[in-house]
Parts: sequence; structure tokens; C-alpha cells
Amino acid sequence: MSGLTPLWEVFIRTRNGMAHRHVGSVHAADAALALQAARDVYTRRGEGLSIWVVPSNAITASDPADKDELFEPATSKAYRHPSFYDIPDDIENM
Amino acid sequence: MYTQALNNLDLAPDGTDPREARFMARIDAEERIEPNDFMPEAYRKTLVRQIAQHAHSEIIGMLPEGNWITRAPTLRRKAALLAKVQDEGGHGLYLYCAAETLGKSREAMMDELVDGRAKYSSIFNYPTLTWADIGMIGWLVDGAAIMNQIPLCRCSYGPYARAMIRICKEESFHQRQGYEQIMTLAAGSPEQKAMAQDALDRWWWPSIMMFGPSDSESVHSEKSMAWKIKRFTNDELRQKFIDATVPQAHRIGLTIPDPDLRLDEETGHWQIGPIDWEEFKRVLSGDGPCNADRIAARKAAQENGAWVREAALAHAEKRKARAAEPIAA
Repeated sequence: MSGLTPLWEVFIRTRNGMAHRHVGSVHAADAALALQAARDVYTRRGEGLSIWVVPSNAITASDPADKDELFEPATSKAYRHPSFYDIPDDIENM
Repeated sequence: MYTQALNNLDLAPDGTDPREARFMARIDAEERIEPNDFMPEAYRKTLVRQIAQHAHSEIIGMLPEGNWITRAPTLRRKAALLAKVQDEGGHGLYLYCAAETLGKSREAMMDELVDGRAKYSSIFNYPTLTWADIGMIGWLVDGAAIMNQIPLCRCSYGPYARAMIRICKEESFHQRQGYEQIMTLAAGSPEQKAMAQDALDRWWWPSIMMFGPSDSESVHSEKSMAWKIKRFTNDELRQKFIDATVPQAHRIGLTIPDPDLRLDEETGHWQIGPIDWEEFKRVLSGDGPCNADRIAARKAAQENGAWVREAALAHAEKRKARAAEPIAA
């Protein structure tokens, strides 16, 4: 990687009470410069109140090929949702 | 993290890759393709070429406008122009990021731009001779870009579509500030109005050409439509732009420089005269008024900034090494 400027993923909190959300990435030599670049590139119009920058190579991502084994079990378990259970209409507050 | 291994191909008995059929089914179902998903090599190549070209156009587009920052007629215009040029730089960066998710490095794209292997929009090879040209770029060039870019917000490749959503929000400011400038000139002294008309005379046809070759001539169109990278053909977008722009010119008393221009009463569309495709080809292939200047300016910026990038990296390395040193007792 030497000679190439490292890549950072940028997360922005749009306002307090919201979670930081991924908005894109920037190249920068170090964390301070990455923050500065993220501020210039992603918050020119009041898009946020807080920025996180994370080295891209520090992120471990799930492999799309594993999609079925990771996520299919969740879709086949309808009994995890409240609508799975039949309750008479005249029962209130539930 | 985004590059993708293309080995271990399991081909179907007929020699095709079954993943290609699944990929097309996802495209047909309007699903978005994300960086690590399977994609045919041709799809990847088409996207890298298109997104890189688009990014280069934003970066080169800063040059003709930057030319006027120090000579803007008022502080209000200067502030707007500075903000616009900064936006163009930002747009280039969003787009380079999107192209990088396809496994091509920023450095490689930059090298291809300066050594002439990569193309950028032919429009930026025209000079900005007067202040009115700056208004004309905002109104016409950014107006044409918006027509092109709005459908790209629904492009099948997720990172490109997301970059386009941000870009489209900002382009609207570019177009409106440009039209306001031209409106002001058109309502000014006879000399100011003449300056606006002269700029329209020079920028109209190059703007029309921004949509690229006619559908019958366009080499990449059909495949890009099937892959849902493109949603409308070059000619469809060009017509939308003409229909939107002609009344805007008439409203402020400017004349479109086309003796054949007429409103087709039946279809409601404005019909234009023939486009000089020879000029388009000439400018695109490097023989426009400013091609050499643009590349020279880009190359100088890259070379003159090299020591800054190197110094920043060396500084980061040094600090990292220092932090790793054991603290003396």
C-alpha cells in the first residue's frame, strides 16, 4: 500500500438523536486529514453535526455469497413477528 | 476490500456462467448491484469507464470556471462561483470513490486522465472568453448535466446511483445561479445583452452535443440500457433539454443560434437543425480549442502537489512509528 494514500469510510450524524450513517469515502494520509477532507467533501450544506472516519481496511464485511446462510433463517421464522399470533379483534390494548 | 475474485468459475453445461443469468434477473427486477456482488466483467468495465469519465469531467470542469473567480463582477457572484467550483471538485471526489468500489485505484484513473487515455466531456475544451460564459456554463452546461444525471440516480449500480443523488441536489444551485447571471446581463445595457447573446451563440451547440452521438451512432447505448445503467437514450435526453431550454432563452429575449429551430405544433417538441458531428468528433479526439491547456493544467496540479501528498504520508508514517515505540522508563 505504500505510495498510495489510504482510503477512509466517512459516517455522518445529521442531527443529535440520529445514528451516524455511511455517506462515502475519502483518501487521506492520516485521521486528522481524513476528518478535514470529509468535512470539505460531505458537509458543505449543513449535512451534519458529527463526523466519524474509519480506515476502510479496518472494516470486515460479510460476503454476498453467504447471504442465504446468514439471512435466510431470519425470514423463515415468522413466529418472531407479533402478527404471527392470532388474537381476537375484541381484545384491546395489544 | 472491494476487489473481487473472478476465479473458481463453475460453468453450466452449455458453457455459460449461471451467475450471469442470475445477475440479469436481478437487474430486470430493479435490484441494485453492490460492490462485492457478482457482475459480468463487461458491466464492470462499462461502469468504470463511464464513472471515471464522469469524474474527470467534474475535475476538468473546474478549470474554465476557475479562470473567472478573481474577475467576478461582484462579491455575490464571486462567492457563488467559488462555491460552485468547490462543488465540482466534490462531485469529482464522490465519483472517483464510486469507481474505486469497482476495483480501480484513484491513482490509475488520474494517470489515465493526464496521459490522454481517459476521456472527459467535450464541452470543457471550449474557452471561457467573457464573464457571460460563466453564466452560460451554469445555465446550459449544468442544465444539460442535470438532464443526464437525474436518470442516473436510478442506475443499477448502487454506489454510482448514490453519488448521483448527492450531485443532483447540488447541480440545481449551479443552474439557477447561471440563469440568474444571464438574466441580469440580458436585462442590462445593450453591451451586456450582446455579451449574453454572444455567449449563447458559442455555447448552444456544444451543449447540445454533450448528450453524445445520435442513438444510431452510439456504440455503448444498447448494452447500457439493458443493464439499466442508462435509462434514456442520448436523443431522448437531448430533446428533453431542448424543450426545457428554448423557452428559457425566449423568456429573457435571447435568440437560439439555429435558423432551423421551430416548434412542432403536433408533438409539442422543438425541432433543431442538423448537428455538426464533425466538430464533436474533433473536439473529443483532442483537437478542440483548449484540450492541450486543460490536460497541461491538470498535469501541473498533479505534479506540483506530489510533494504535499508524499510529505503527508511520511508524516503519518513517522507519527505511527513514534506511537509504536516503547516509552522509556
